[in-house]
Amino acid sequence: MTTEALPAPVQASRPAGTHASVATRTVKYGLLLLFLLLILMPAYVLFVTSFKTIGDATPSRAWNLPAEWQLDGWRRAWETLSPALVRTFSMVIPAALLSAFIGSMNGFVLSKWRFPGADLVFTLILFGMFIPYQAVMIPLVQLMQALSVPSGVPSLIVLHTIYGLPITTLIFRNYYAGVPHELIEAARVDGAGMLRTYASVMLPISMPAFVVVLMWQFTSAWNDYLFALFFSNSRNGPVTISLNFLASGQLQDYSASMAGALIASVPTLVVYILLGRYFVGGLMAGSVKG
Amino acid sequence: MSSTVPASATTPDAPHTPAKSRKSPGRRPSRSWAAPLLLISPTLLVLGVFVYGLIAANLNTSFQDRHTRAESQGYVWFENYAALFSDDTFMYSLRNLLLYTGAFLLGTLVLGFLWAWLLEKGVRGESLFRAVYLFPMAVSFIASGVVWRWLLNNAEGDRSSGLNRLFGDLGLTWLQNPWWTHERWGIVAIAVPAIWQLSGYVMALFLAGFRGIPEELREAGRMDGCNEWQLYRHVLFPQLSPVALSAIIIIGHMSLKVFDLIMAIAGQTNYTTQVPATQMWVEFTRGDYAKSAAIGTVLLVIVAVLIVPYLVATYRQERRR
Repeated sequence: MTTEALPAPVQASRPAGTHASVATRTVKYGLLLLFLLLILMPAYVLFVTSFKTIGDATPSRAWNLPAEWQLDGWRRAWETLSPALVRTFSMVIPAALLSAFIGSMNGFVLSKWRFPGADLVFTLILFGMFIPYQAVMIPLVQLMQALSVPSGVPSLIVLHTIYGLPITTLIFRNYYAGVPHELIEAARVDGAGMLRTYASVMLPISMPAFVVVLMWQFTSAWNDYLFALFFSNSRNGPVTISLNFLASGQLQDYSASMAGALIASVPTLVVYILLGRYFVGGLMAGSVKG
Repeated sequence: MSSTVPASATTPDAPHTPAKSRKSPGRRPSRSWAAPLLLISPTLLVLGVFVYGLIAANLNTSFQDRHTRAESQGYVWFENYAALFSDDTFMYSLRNLLLYTGAFLLGTLVLGFLWAWLLEKGVRGESLFRAVYLFPMAVSFIASGVVWRWLLNNAEGDRSSGLNRLFGDLGLTWLQNPWWTHERWGIVAIAVPAIWQLSGYVMALFLAGFRGIPEELREAGRMDGCNEWQLYRHVLFPQLSPVALSAIIIIGHMSLKVFDLIMAIAGQTNYTTQVPATQMWVEFTRGDYAKSAAIGTVLLVIVAVLIVPYLVATYRQERRR
């Protein structure tokens, strides 16, 4: 596909080929629109099915609009998911704030107030971002029991904070690396210590990095399923657990589970729509967690 | 932990220090050690325990005869690993993991590159296209699994639903297939929603890569008589290869950890979509901690093969800066 399409700009860049350039433009926009529709197709299915009655969600009418738009599916989904939504918020917000704040101090120390071996320490921290959590899960379950951290929200706050530290440290370190050294030196000359420099020089200019980190942590903790499965259940767990419980029931209540999928996605989608440009900016920092 | 790591790291970092202090002559070395170490020590302590300590503990469990919830029956060392690698189901799930990763990488790289390339020179409505291509990334695998389970319904013919129904309606019956229930290729069907979710991310990476290439470089290429293909081949692709590498690392390590999507679409007990992560969970629920721990370690080794060289290279690069 790519190699076939590659030579196209030849025509586009040569004024002589106006005829051809119209053709390539058409192909280009045609492709872009086609992919747009393909990407939106699952969203269409989710939306349409969520408004169908159980009888209407049959295979033969799978792709049709609802015979009659009704909200029963949404009501059933809301009943199941609303307690879990509250729990998810109360879990995600503290976890995101904590790991962001600690990460910013780490990033400061690793980029601007360094110590010998800082790069090695950073690499060792970074490794924690990539590990499959399956490789620590069994002793982790035992450790959390030994520390008697209650299952559900408290456990998940602890885990998302701790395992979020590598990526928050990474993003802040990369961000602070771009801050001119002169700023730090000036503070030093004025006699400011490490904490003063951090609090009065770095923190005030950290807003953009905080937005990216908070967004990233919010999204990944909100969407987490693995930790939730090991450390909570459908009565004390986050929305991913309740949603999967709702969707994998024997009844195959499609309208409720699709409405539920939409409800569970609203917070991350709102964050994404409001702060999308930071999101992309944050991704560009070369930072991602699986 | 917090005291041993920096101490052992002092020697390799030593040649670095003179260059640094030349840059900032006013620095007093005496104060720049203890304070930053103290500030970062909670993180070092916690990650030392929760990452490195637990990896060791997990390894320890995997070496034991501990196949029920009861106490361990002593050490059997590599016996659990030997059992795993002679277990057909585990080999099948390793094969599945490889196949899934191949499909996922290929799909996201091809689509991500194509979209970035289509958008690269600026099109009308670029921000709309970008936003739509990227939005599936904000959705959880569990939520998208709800709709993809419906779309990848394996019924064919009259009873078909989802994509198979759409293919039937469009007269493309030959495209109807059993999706994730197929014994050999079923796992590739799971890569379809994964590609749907992450191609936009790879696009964003490539787009940034394209835009980071200075215009002068293209001009220079054209001056040297490159045609458009040669320009890509000799000027743009080499500039984009670091981007492609980070995309491979990021998507690759995500792919090797695939779990949520399979749980949401096929469930934990479905044979055709077994991967090590789902097997690990199943063994855990059965109380076979040793086998579960061994699977976790195998997964870690697989991911480490991909990640450690990358981390080492990054570390060397940082040191040189």
